[in-house]
Parts: sequence; structure tokens; C-alpha cells
Amino acid sequence: MSKQRVIVIGGGLAGLAATMKMAELGMSVLLVSFLPVKRSHSVCAQGGINGAVNIKGEGDSPDIHFYDTVKGGDFLAHQPLCKDMCHHAPYIINLMDRLGVTFNRTPEGNLDFRRFGGTLYHRTAFAGATTGQQLLYALDEQVRHYEVQGLVEKMEWHEYLGAVLNGDGRCVGAVIHNLRSGEISTEKGDAVILATGGPGLVYGRSTNSMVCTGTAVTSAYLQGAKYGNGEFIQIHPSAIPGRDKLRLMSESARGEGGRVWVPRKAGDSRKPKEIPEKERFYFLEERYPLFGNLVPRDVGAREIYDICVNDKLGVHGEMKVYLDLTHLTREFLDHRLGGILEIYEKFTGVDPREEPMEIFPAVHYSMGGIWTDYTRTEEGLIDHQSPQNQMTSITGLYAAGEADYQYHGGNRLGANSLLSCIYTGLMMSPGVLNYVKNVPEAADDVPEKLFTEATKQWQEKYAEIKKMSGNENPYALHREMAEEMISNVLIVRENSKLQATLEKIDEFEERWKNVNCVDTTDWSNPVPSFINQLWNMIQLSKIITKGALLRDEFRGSHYKPEFDLNQPSDFRPESYLEYEKQKAAGKVNEEGFNPEHLTYMKRFAENNVKWLKSTIATYQNGGPDISYEAVDTSLIAPRPRKYD
Amino acid sequence: MPDTITFKIKRQDSESSGSYWETFVIPHVPNSNVISCLMDIQANPENSKGEKVAPVVWECNCLEEVCGSCTMVINRKVRQSCSALVDQLEKPITLEPMSKFPVIRDLAVDRSRMFGALKKVQAWVTADGYHDLGPGIREPQNHQEIAYKLSECMTCGCCVEACPQYSLNNNFLGAAAISQSRLFNMHPTAKNIADERLDTLMQEGGIADCGNAQNCVEACPKSIPLTESIAEIGRQVSGKLWSNIFQA
Ligand SMILES: Cc1cc2nc3c(=O)[nH]c(=O)nc-3n(C[C@H](O)[C@H](O)[C@H](O)COP(=O)(O)OP(=O)(O)OC[C@H]3O[C@@H](n4cnc5c(N)ncnc54)[C@H](O)[C@@H]3O)c2cc1C
Ligand code: SF4
Ligand code: SF4
Ligand code: FES
Repeated sequence: MSKQRVIVIGGGLAGLAATMKMAELGMSVLLVSFLPVKRSHSVCAQGGINGAVNIKGEGDSPDIHFYDTVKGGDFLAHQPLCKDMCHHAPYIINLMDRLGVTFNRTPEGNLDFRRFGGTLYHRTAFAGATTGQQLLYALDEQVRHYEVQGLVEKMEWHEYLGAVLNGDGRCVGAVIHNLRSGEISTEKGDAVILATGGPGLVYGRSTNSMVCTGTAVTSAYLQGAKYGNGEFIQIHPSAIPGRDKLRLMSESARGEGGRVWVPRKAGDSRKPKEIPEKERFYFLEERYPLFGNLVPRDVGAREIYDICVNDKLGVHGEMKVYLDLTHLTREFLDHRLGGILEIYEKFTGVDPREEPMEIFPAVHYSMGGIWTDYTRTEEGLIDHQSPQNQMTSITGLYAAGEADYQYHGGNRLGANSLLSCIYTGLMMSPGVLNYVKNVPEAADDVPEKLFTEATKQWQEKYAEIKKMSGNENPYALHREMAEEMISNVLIVRENSKLQATLEKIDEFEERWKNVNCVDTTDWSNPVPSFINQLWNMIQLSKIITKGALLRDEFRGSHYKPEFDLNQPSDFRPESYLEYEKQKAAGKVNEEGFNPEHLTYMKRFAENNVKWLKSTIATYQNGGPDISYEAVDTSLIAPRPRKYD
Repeated sequence: MPDTITFKIKRQDSESSGSYWETFVIPHVPNSNVISCLMDIQANPENSKGEKVAPVVWECNCLEEVCGSCTMVINRKVRQSCSALVDQLEKPITLEPMSKFPVIRDLAVDRSRMFGALKKVQAWVTADGYHDLGPGIREPQNHQEIAYKLSECMTCGCCVEACPQYSLNNNFLGAAAISQSRLFNMHPTAKNIADERLDTLMQEGGIADCGNAQNCVEACPKSIPLTESIAEIGRQVSGKLWSNIFQA
């Protein structure tokens, strides 16, 4: 058989982890990235990476981590994958330490761990406040070493446009756009992995980086791949307002003791430090005595919305609350949180060690992504040799990292993404190579014509884009579309608004056809790419909005007040387990339960039968067709979430 | 407060064409930074003469000064454009591409030489494999603090832009790569090939090319102690020179 290779698109944590692992196993890899991989979005991650190493002797374990992850995701995550991931987490952290990540240390020289949202344990390893940057650099260095050895070839400043599919619909390569010369060509690959990150730019301003448009996975969707759980978009409770970007204030600020509050009196115009302790409303601590400021993100974002919109207690009457670190010493803060405090200071001009920060919720992460598969073992773990792991519904096309949809269900826990990215890249590699070894025909032997046709098709498409001479500026159109998404498909969702937004998106799609390609040169011209990406973002906004419209329930980050089951405040999730046990045994002793609880539990069970499913979008007749698929919940029985 | 901001931007259409200055006047919006202004120009690419022109090309990604993409020369000073707050800058604001790298287009330059330097100094840990080999080596907190600072280098290029010794026509590795050598030479396992790194740094383009002007350390946005790194590598190189002499 001819010499084979795998194409990896994207060099964030997921793409680099897969590249380095496959290279270790002897496979040639072509690594394609929009920009130098060292500048990938993963560098933005601040807070840390989870793994139940139990350094603090708290009795933490991978199974508790697994439970927190599944509960945090409101039971929509795929349990065997989560279990396997959490069991590999301590090893992954050790591996990254060996590869040179400068993790913070305990006095004895062990790795130090901090707290993060959605757990009661110190489970998050961190390198100052730039953990993502440090993890990415370590992987980047490994890949650079393989580049020198000739196993990895990099094509940076290149954009993935689409997959090359053979007559059987199998992926045998990728269409690539050289962002400098403007040339469009194809690269052959026996498997292609999309590790292209999340889609924050669909919302315009978010905590994401500028290349996070979701364009690569949307292109796969347009080619027939299934897209999963699109409507589950994580809103982070704490971001810093900004014109170009909503910079994140990491959850680690709360993990290290930061307290969230608002003045008790609406419209209080005093400076925060002039407001005495008893006139401050630490609403998270009061409402969630157990988890306090470290409730999961969906809960935190909703509470801030509630306090600002419903109670009108937002700082200066705006959608803002205080995040206060001023009770901690400068020395402690600089040591543990230096990087993020500098960001706050740099971009607002205010020193957060002296003044409480003003923060507000912002689009942060997509739990949804391209649909991918896996093979579980009897014990509920993952068979790492299976070629199905991380394969999309297009044979030979894989996905990993924020681009996929399986690990975080309805809401992701902080510091679980860096883990899922690295885990997935490493885990999937043996299976991808097994797939490659057994392909019926190597990409190299596929008739040339297939590739020249794919090239030609995209060259024509870009030529068409360059001819567009309407009167809409593509960047301005993007801003408008993003405003619509921010206004109506965010924390609190209402069907009438979602319906109206869907119609609006159709208008944007029409207006897209009237776009002006404001730069038509060939050399290093980002405009045609952006116009193509904008088209994809419009398609993706349909997936998100339609998924949200059709899902008539409240789960994780997807909150529809109309369908809130209103958990009674004195309810305990254990009663639900008892109720389910009795049900399974054939008879529920209804008198044994508080009647209000019983009604709630019945509704909860009914709702799960209907909605505890993955949303699947497939491209049909110019838009997403939505259906639902079962999720493996065999390891941890679904139950109501509770954090107080 | 003026209600417009004037930008003078040094533009260049391709690698080989000449450069020219173009002026843009855009509405002033509070809390802008240079990138949000470049985005405003993108959404309405019109120069001060009212001519429709191609939007300015520049690089950026993270917008929070951790990816290193958006370095350019702003009012004669090299820095990141995402963290350059317009209200703190003198007007008109001038933007130029870095001068130590080939220009690709407008404000975008080709910094592959810096990544090449990381290859030359073997800035990596040589691992036995990516399987489970147990925990890494314990390390004291003060060691981590030094290493962490060095590892924040984002290959942005400010240090080499400011360096009088680094030029388009020589092959000086530059302060960033020297500092990375120090980082890996202090790592408990990467130091196993410290000698090979020093060999590279003793060759042409290595540490001897540094004239100790110390501009680099002042330009570094991450406050990386570059002159300390240069001094430390200088010591390691002299140590090696001495031992070479004794072994000979
Ligand atoms: C501000 C911030 C802080 C965060 N902090 C944390 C944290 O503390 N802990 C945690 O666990 N998670 C955190 N996250 C989430 C986490 O950082 C991301 O989910 C994760 O880094 C995504 O990695 P990735 O490998 O999937 O993709 P990315 O790092 O986004 O990389 C994508 C790659 O794909 C390339 N690419 C994209 N499209 C194309 C295309 N069409 N053609 C070619 N190349 C393409 C890009 O160039 C890039 O190399 C944070 C996120 C943000 C926004
Ligand atoms: S000390 Fe001076 S010569 Fe040496 S690298 Fe720094 S700026 Fe360049
Ligand atoms: S040492 Fe500083 S200035 Fe030089 S590339 Fe690194 S971060 Fe930039
Ligand atoms: S855009 Fe990343 S450093 Fe400015």
C-alpha cells in the first residue's frame, strides 16, 4: 500500500495532542492551521485543568469527578466517554507535567490544585493564570520536535474549506486555501481530523478568539455530517465588557476566594468600597450555601441575570455585578491569579486588587458540536482501539476538542475542556490509525480526478465570492447578525423570540447574497474567506436557534422559564432515586413521598423520557432538520440537579 | 474629547511592492483599542479622502495579549495592538508593521524565523513516550516561579524588533530564543541536552551576537527577565568553553 498519512485541521490542544500521539505511533501527519498553531485559541484558557489527583487528601477520586461532570452537564453527556476521560485525567496531568508545563507547586514540590465551579474538591491543576497557554506550548514543542524529525508537516496560514469525499462518501482528503497566495488546492489524507475549536463568533463578541467561527465543522455539516446539541451554548458568568471582545474573568478568581455581590439597594450610587458589609447582597452565597460562589456556570449566569433583570439590583442599574477580591492580600493574588488580574487592569484601567471588579455574563463555549461516535466496553469505559471513536457521520472524517459534542452535555464544568481536548486527541489516535490501516483504498491511490474536481468546485466558489458587488459590508452584516443572536438566543429563551430570530436569520441569509467583496486582490486577502465564513456562521446560527426553539424544556444552559419544572426548595435528589427504585420494582408507595415532591418527580421523569436526548441537526433543503437520539446514561442514573 | 480619531497607517500591498501611508478618520468610541478601530475600518473601509479602499490587513486572534499575533509598531513603539487603548495614545495614531521581519501585507509580517530559532535551540522536552509513566519530578516553588515567568513568552517579536543586533540580513537567534534555552536548560529532564543547546548558542547568530543593549527587556510585554536570561546563558556558555578547553 502507498504511504499513508492523516490530516489534522487545527493546532489547539486537541489537534496538537492528536498530532503528537499519532506521530509517536509512527504515522505521518499534515497539520493545517489558520494561523501558527502556537497562537491558537487554547492559549486563552486561564483557570486550569481538572484531574482527581487528590493531592489535598480530600478523598477525591476519578469516579467523583465523573459524577460531577455528568451532573454538571445535566445528564446529557455521554457517560462512557466521561468516565474514561475522568479516569485518565490524573495521568494526563502527570504527562503534561513531564512535558514541561510549569504548574504551580505545593511547599513539598507536588503539583498544586485549586477549586473550580461545580465541585467541592480541589481538583484543578494550574500554571498561574495562563494554564491553557502553558499546556498548548508544551504540546506545540513536542510537535515541533516531530516536525524536525520529519514526521509532521505543518501548513500554517492555510484554511480548511471542505472534505474531499469519494464515491462511497468516504473522506479521502481536504480542500485547503492558502491564505497568503490565495491558491486553493487539495491534500490527500487517509483520515481527516477536525480539531478546529468552538463557534463563539456566531455571537460576535464573546470570550473567544477571532478564528473561532465554527466554519470548519459547519462545512462538514453542509456536506452531510450530523451536528449535535447546537443549542447548548455556555454563558460564562464573569466577563469584562469590551468593544471588540468580552474578555474573560476566570472562574479561578472565585476559586481562590472571590465573592460576587451587588448593593442591596437598587440604584445605589456609592462607590463599592463605601458600601458597608451589611448593605451588600452576596446573592450566590445566600442562595447556594453549599457551593456559594462556585455554583456551575449555567446556574451562576442565570442568577446574575435574575438579580439584574428581575430584581433590578445590577451595578449602576446595568447588567453587571461586583466580583470582589479586595479582601485577599496582594501577594496571594499576584501569585495565584497574576495574569488575569493584569488583563483586567490593562483593559479597564482599574486595579482589581484595590477595587471590586465589574463583571457580566458572556458567550463562552459551545457544548454542542459536530456529532461523533465511540465504542464502549462492558465496564462502561472506551475501547481505545476502535476506529469509531470520534468519527463523525462521514466515514474517515473525525473531530476532536471543542469542535465535537459528547463530553459536556447541557453545561460544561470549568477546567473540563482543556482536559477533554487533550484526552480526546490522545484517546482517539490508536483508533484512527486502525481505521487508516484498514481503508479499502489508500488516498494516494484514489483517482486524481476526484481531487481536481473538488479543487475546481471551490475555486469557482471563491471566484464567485470575489465577484460579489452588492451593497452590504460583510463585517457590518456580521455585527448585525451577532446582535440578534445576543439579544434572543442567550441565557433566557422564549419561543416567540426564537421564532422571530429564525426568520431574521433567513433575512440575513438573503442579505448575504448582496454582500460586497470589499477586497478582490489575490494576495493575503482575508475578505473572501470571511464572506465564506459568514455564510457558515449563518447556517450555524440556524442550528443553534432552531434547536433552542424546538427543545421545550429547561436543561443545563438551555433555560426556558416557561418549561421550568420548578423544583421545590426543600426537595432532595435522593428521594428521586428512591422513587425510581420503587418504580423499577413495580410499585411506588406514593404515600411515602411529600405530595408536592411526588408531582415534581413525576413531571421530572416524564420530561426526561421526552427530552433526555441529544439534538441532531442534519442539513436538508437549505436548513437544519432536527431529530433526537438516545444518550448512554447507564452508569449514573439521571436525577434532579441541586447545588444548595 | 474629539469625536473622531485619525490613524496614519503604513500600508504595503504585497511582499515585493513598496509601502505607502494612508490616513483613516473614524468616529471615536469610548473604550476602543487599536484592533477595535481596525475592525471599524473593516466595516467601512474608506480613507480620509473618502475613497473606498481595501480594508487594512493585520493579524490578531486572542485579543487579550496572550497569543502574540497582533504585534505592530504603534506611535513608534512596538507592542500588541489589542492591548493598546486608544484613549491612552497620542493622536494621530501611527501604525506600522514590524521592521525586522518581511512584510506580508500591510501590518502583517512573517515571523517564521522566530519559530525556526525555537527549532535550533531544541526548545522541547525529550519524552520517553506519552503513556502513563507516573508523576513528573517534584520541584521547589521558587524554581517553578522562575520557569513560569520564562514560559510566558508568546513569540510576539517585540524583543527582537527593539534589538539593535537583530536585523533582516543576519541570523541572530534573538532574546526570546536565548531565554527559552534558559528555560529548557533548567528543566529537570530537558536539561539532559543542555550541552547541545549551548553548542548552538556558541555558533554564529548565538549569544555572542548580543551587544547587551538591553532594549529587549524593556520591550517585552510579559516582563520576561531577558537580560537575566542572557546573562545566565552567557555563564553557561563560558562554563562550557572552560570545560572544553580542559578536556581538549
Ligand atoms: C477565555 C477562555 C478561557 C478558558 N479557560 C478555560 C480553562 O481554564 N479551563 C478549561 O478547561 N477550558 C477553558 N476554556 C475553554 C478552552 O480553552 C477551549 O474549549 C479549548 O482550548 C478549545 O481547544 P481546541 O483544541 O478544541 O481548539 P482551539 O484551541 O480553538 O484551536 C482551534 C485550531 O483550529 C484552527 N482552525 C479553526 N478553523 C480552521 C479552519 N477553517 N482551517 C484551518 N484551521 C482552522 C485554529 O487555527 C486553531 O489552531 C476557556 C475558553 C476561553 C474562551
Ligand atoms: S541585550 Fe540588546 S543586543 Fe542583546 S538581545 Fe537584548 S536588545 Fe538585543
Ligand atoms: S520574550 Fe517577550 S518580547 Fe520577546 S517574544 Fe517573548 S514575549 Fe515577546
Ligand atoms: S491578539 Fe493575541 S496578543 Fe493581541
